Amino acid sequence: MNFFKKLKDSLKKTSENFTKGIGQIFDKSKPNVETLKDLEEFLIKSDVGVKFVNDFSKKIAEKKYLKQELTKENFLKIISNEIKNILKPVEKNFFFEPITKPYVILICGVNGVGKTTTIGKLCKKLKKNNKKIIVGAADTFRAAAIDQLELWCKKVDVEIIKSPLGSDPASVAYKTFETAKNNQFDYCIIDTAGRMQNKKNLMEEFSKIIRVLKKIDINTPHETILVLDATTGQNAINQIDEFRKITPITGIIMTKLDGTAKGGILIAIAHQFKIPIYAIGVGEKEDDLDNFVADEFLEAFIKN
Amino acid sequence: MFENLTGKIEDVFSFFKKGTRLNEEQVDEGLRKIRQALLESDVALSVAKEFIANVKPKAIGQEVLKSLTPAQLLIKIVNDELIKVLGGENSNINLNTVPPAKMLFVGLQGSGKTTTSVKIAKYIEKNFNKKILLSSLDVYRPAAQKQLEFLGNQNNIQTLPIIEGQLPIEITQRTLATANLSGTDVIIFDTAGRTQIDSVMMAELNNLKKIINPIETFLVADSLTGQDAVNIANEFKKTVDLTGVILTRIDGDGKGGAALSMRSVTGCPIKFLGTGEKVDDLEIFHPQRIANRILGMGDVVSLVEKVSQNLKREEVEELEENFKKGQFTFNDYLKQIRQMKKIGGMGKIIGMIPGISKIKKQIDEADIDESILNKQEAIILSMTKKERDNPKIIEGSRKKRIAIGSGTDITLVNKLLKQHKMMTIMMKKMSQSGGRNFGGMEGIPPELFNNLK
Repeated sequence: MNFFKKLKDSLKKTSENFTKGIGQIFDKSKPNVETLKDLEEFLIKSDVGVKFVNDFSKKIAEKKYLKQELTKENFLKIISNEIKNILKPVEKNFFFEPITKPYVILICGVNGVGKTTTIGKLCKKLKKNNKKIIVGAADTFRAAAIDQLELWCKKVDVEIIKSPLGSDPASVAYKTFETAKNNQFDYCIIDTAGRMQNKKNLMEEFSKIIRVLKKIDINTPHETILVLDATTGQNAINQIDEFRKITPITGIIMTKLDGTAKGGILIAIAHQFKIPIYAIGVGEKEDDLDNFVADEFLEAFIKN
Repeated sequence: MFENLTGKIEDVFSFFKKGTRLNEEQVDEGLRKIRQALLESDVALSVAKEFIANVKPKAIGQEVLKSLTPAQLLIKIVNDELIKVLGGENSNINLNTVPPAKMLFVGLQGSGKTTTSVKIAKYIEKNFNKKILLSSLDVYRPAAQKQLEFLGNQNNIQTLPIIEGQLPIEITQRTLATANLSGTDVIIFDTAGRTQIDSVMMAELNNLKKIINPIETFLVADSLTGQDAVNIANEFKKTVDLTGVILTRIDGDGKGGAALSMRSVTGCPIKFLGTGEKVDDLEIFHPQRIANRILGMGDVVSLVEKVSQNLKREEVEELEENFKKGQFTFNDYLKQIRQMKKIGGMGKIIGMIPGISKIKKQIDEADIDESILNKQEAIILSMTKKERDNPKIIEGSRKKRIAIGSGTDITLVNKLLKQHKMMTIMMKKMSQSGGRNFGGMEGIPPELFNNLK
């Protein structure tokens, strides 16, 4: 099954609801207050967020429509175009030829979003271009996090640098980068422990990892990728806000898009932050990660 | 996000004349804002709608106490209802069966099942003194079984020895056999994370449940979950007939609307909250806490309670009369200071003045030194009756006397006098704008706070 098809299937349930919802809304003859309310509610249900939905419905309400424009298809097109305008600018290919070696990628996020799994999948994809990859197990906190990463590394055949549980994550990061540098690796990917963005000491620990990397090369990390869970509601916005305070977030990977209420928060995030979305995860298997492509995402989201 | 919820509702209510009771129009407008707040807190739309519909008849006709605004009252009513909906049934753990009592932990990937199952094991061991066996049926996520084993070892809780390559059903049977041989009281089964629409994995869960026949089946869910909470809860409820929900990551800054969604959809009690990464970071569910988060209005609610208990209605009315006349003597101020101390602080009493949430924010930001209240009280007590009624006569030698008498210094006396003057001006403006609202006023002049630092 190709990836696009898989994404489509994953989003099918959502899209069916979406299309059905829109259908119900626009069978009424004009976009009156009721209609807009229905539309708003509809978007809310997909986690787009109240603020975004308000802006959005204002836009739609302000415009005037000819009678023949008041069709389901037309409003679908309007919605689709609006979302496309938001998503297109954040669509960015991550799997490019690295500008410099080793290309240092730091992976961060709150607990349980799927950082380690994402790294496994990322390695698999980067490996396809015959790149030399080394991974640093800097999640030295969670029990068996290192084992989990190690199993992934074995599976996709990449090197790993690790220290015992409880050791300083910054030192693991340093060691990994150093090894990568001395042995001409193409990529150096650092896994970090999950941390809630409101925990000062954990955020300080994160900031130390970055400081230590910068000691070797001030331009690193070249990428700091925040992993977000698609099931998360409005708190995803806080997560970006707080992680951004520590270091610029250069890209987002959204995981668990194989559930139901998907995509909404991604649109709100793209709208608000304009941070590139590098990839999306749609399952637990090693191939369940691919580039974020706005058109594919949108098509799967709206039509189906 | 919701510091300004009262503000928003005040704005809406400022169009209405304050009556003695909440009328339907007010309630509708206020609830519209509250509905929005619920949605911003990730309460699922269907649940938010239903909740609002239920609360409406309870709010209409409620008496608005003199010292409260309709907005504050409405928030209190909503909050009470939230607590009622969230709480209810006894939420302790059920061990009432022929041992071994079996518990099944289910949920999405990354919701915190493994950590939570160890936390609950520890909790049961500590509070009920039972022998526990932990068993991981997660053969999918790499090192998942190892994680449970590690945590078990770390906390001296027995875990089922890992045999590579066994399937969940085989592990289950082996667990049951081991438990029987070793005289285990409680078995906790940790399962693999699964998406609720993954029919193969959900069928597996259903199978496991049939074999295990657990007395407790917990859905472990992330408190940061968005609108999908209803679907997740629904599907898991359908598949394995949940007995309770455990919400994790409550130590984050999420609003926790998922709690209301899941509680409403499953009808199952929320039994525990995960409050951190350590094994002791587990709390029995308290609905107040979550209600405060969802609404973000804990302060207002406790204020309303305190106000209704502590403030004598007549005193407030007298004060208000004086406000309206534009009079504000030091005796009035003294009364206020004493009320402030009774209720607990400057911020709160000022927050009580209707239409003032804008100002409350200023006060919070201004970081007022509450001990200043004691000093001000002493200064006023050192004034004669004449001075208190007519502060204009307080000149050089009187100031000196007051400063010595109160054990403070002249600068403080001056500050208080200046502050009083500004407050009088404010009161006049208030009474001109109708007495109850600051309307277009931008809040308190910043100098006023400088006097209080």
